[in-house]
Amino acid sequence: MSQFAINLLFVGASFALYIGIAIWARAGSTKDFYVAGGGVHPITNGMATAADWMSAASFISMAGLLASGGYANSTFLMGWTGGYVILAMLLAPYLRKFGKFTVPDFIGDRFYSNTARLVAVICLIVASVTYVIGQMTGAGVAFSRFLEVPNTAGIWIAAAIVFLYAVFGGMKGITYTQVAQYVVLIIAYTIPAVFIAMQLTGNPIPMFGMFSTHTESGLPLLEKLDDVVNALGFQDYTADVDNKLNMVLFTLSLMVGTAGLPHVIIRFFTVPKVADARWSAGWALVFIALLYLTAPAVGSMARLNLATTVYPEMAGQVENYDDAAEQALVYEDRPGWIRTWEETGLINFDDKNNDGRIQVYNDSNEEYAETAESRGWEGNELTVNNDILVLANPEIANLPGWVIGLIAAGGIAAALSTAAGLLLAISSAISHDLIKTMINPKISEKGEMLAARISMGGAILLATYLGFFVPGSNMLANEPDQWIAGISPLSFGAVGAMINFTVAFLVCKVTKEPPQEIQDLVESVRYPKGAGVAVDH
Amino acid sequence: MADDKSNAAEYWKANVRTIIGCLAVWAFVSYGCAILFRPLLASIPVGGTDLGFWFAQQGSILTFIVLIFFYAWKMNKLDKKFGLEE
Repeated sequence: MSQFAINLLFVGASFALYIGIAIWARAGSTKDFYVAGGGVHPITNGMATAADWMSAASFISMAGLLASGGYANSTFLMGWTGGYVILAMLLAPYLRKFGKFTVPDFIGDRFYSNTARLVAVICLIVASVTYVIGQMTGAGVAFSRFLEVPNTAGIWIAAAIVFLYAVFGGMKGITYTQVAQYVVLIIAYTIPAVFIAMQLTGNPIPMFGMFSTHTESGLPLLEKLDDVVNALGFQDYTADVDNKLNMVLFTLSLMVGTAGLPHVIIRFFTVPKVADARWSAGWALVFIALLYLTAPAVGSMARLNLATTVYPEMAGQVENYDDAAEQALVYEDRPGWIRTWEETGLINFDDKNNDGRIQVYNDSNEEYAETAESRGWEGNELTVNNDILVLANPEIANLPGWVIGLIAAGGIAAALSTAAGLLLAISSAISHDLIKTMINPKISEKGEMLAARISMGGAILLATYLGFFVPGSNMLANEPDQWIAGISPLSFGAVGAMINFTVAFLVCKVTKEPPQEIQDLVESVRYPKGAGVAVDH
Repeated sequence: MADDKSNAAEYWKANVRTIIGCLAVWAFVSYGCAILFRPLLASIPVGGTDLGFWFAQQGSILTFIVLIFFYAWKMNKLDKKFGLEE
C-alpha cells in the first residue's frame, strides 16, 4: 500500500469515528448543546479538556520551539501547564458552583450589567476567532502534506468535518469526539517519541531518555547535544537566560492566559459537582502532561538527530569537532525525508559555496564567522521549518508507514478538537448571552438551539475565510533594544494583568458596595453545597 | 444562622490558606527553581545538565499535577468537615 493510501486510511477512519460519535451523541436540548447534559465524568472531562486545549501548536509546534530555543523556551512548558493550577484553585470550582452555561453569563450577573456582559462576549469572540484561525491553517498544512491536496482545499475539508460534528452534536458531541481525538493524538505523539528515545538512549520512556546516556557517544544526551550545537556556533541547548525578568513575566503571561481561555473554562460546566470540577482539572493536566513531558525529549532528540544527519561524523565519540564538521552530508546522498519535505517548501537547501555538501551552522554568530570562513563555508545552507519536526519524526527515525499515517491523523485531531471547542464557546456566547439574554429573552428552546447552530456555522465560515489570509502586520521591529524595560511584547501581558488587578482593587475600594443579591451570589459561589447541575436562567 | 455564618467563614479561610500554600509552591518551583534560582542550583547535576533545567522542562509540570490533586483532596476533606459538601 502506498504511503498516500495509508494516510488516507488513517485520517478517513478517524473522521468516520468522529462523525459516528457525533451522530450517537446528538444534542437534543440546549443543556446538551451547551454543557453536554451536565453529567460528564471528571476523568472523561479531563481527557476532553486535554484535547480541547492542546491545539495544533502543542502537537506540531511545541517540540520545534523547544528544539530551536532549548532551555529559554521552557517558558512554554511551564506557562501553558502552570495555568491549570490557577484554573483549578481560583476559577473552575466557583464558576461550576455559579452554575450557568457561559463565562459572559458570570460576568454579566456578577457585575449586574449587560454592558459588562457584552464586553465579555466581544472579548470572547475576538480571542476565540483569532485562535480558531490558527487551528484551521494548522489543519490545512497537515492535510496538504499528508493527503496531497492544496492548502486551501485542506482548510475547507477541515471546516466541513468540524461543521458536521460540532453543529449537530454541540457540547455533547464535542466532548466525546474530543475524548477520541485525545486518544488518537497521544498515541500518535508517543509512538515515534518512544522509538527515537530507544534509538538514541536505549531508554523507551522519552522523559527519562532525555536525561540518560546517548548510546553512540557514551555521553549524557544533553551534554552531547550542547557539544554538537556549540561546535556549529549555536549557544548551548541548556544555556541559562540572562534576562530573567522577561522570562518570569513571559511565563506568568502564559499561565494567566491559559487560565482564562473561555473554551477551557466552559468544559468545567459539564461535570456534575464542584468536587468533580477540581478533580477534573487535575486529570486534564495529567493527560496534558503525557504530551508535555514528552515534548522536551522530542525537541532535544530531534535537534541532535538533525545535526548528526547533516554531520554524520558528529554522532559518535568525537575527537575533533573540526574534522567532523568537514564531513558534512553530500546533498545527493540526503535521506528520503529531506527530499519529501523539500517538496513542501518547509525544508530549503541552497548550496552557497557550491561544494555539493550541506552545511548547517549559526551564520549570525560573529565569533564563529572566522571558523566558518576557514572551512570555506559561505552561510547556512539548510533551513528547516520548526513545525516539521514532529510531523517528520517517524520518517527521521525510519518508522513504518502506518506511524506516519497515525501522525497525520494525530495532527489533524489536535487542530480539529481545539477548533470545535472554540467554535462552541463562540456560538454559546452569541446564542445564549447575546440573543437569549440580551436581545430576545422569550426565544423558545428550539429557537435558541437553531440560533446556536447558525452562529456556529457562521463562525466556521468566518474562521475558514480568515484562515486563507493569516493576519500579520508589525509596524516596528521586535528587537530587544526596542523593548520597554527589557520586557518583550509577548511578556507584556503579565504587566497588563497586574495593572488590571490594581485598577479593579482600587475601584472596588472607592465605589459603594454592590446590592445584597450580588453579595449573596459572591458568597454562594464559595461553598460547594447545593450546586446542582448547570442551569439555564 | 450565626453558627452557619461563622462555619462558612471558617471554611472560606481554610480554603484561602490552602490556596496560598499551594500557590507558594507553584511559584517556587516554576519562577524559583526553574528560572530565578537556576544559577544557585547549577552545582546539582541531573543527566548531563543541572537541576534548574530539569525543573524547567519536567519538575515544575510534575509538581503542578501533585498540587492540583492535593488541593482537590484537601478541599473534599474540608467540604465534609464543614458540612458543605454536595
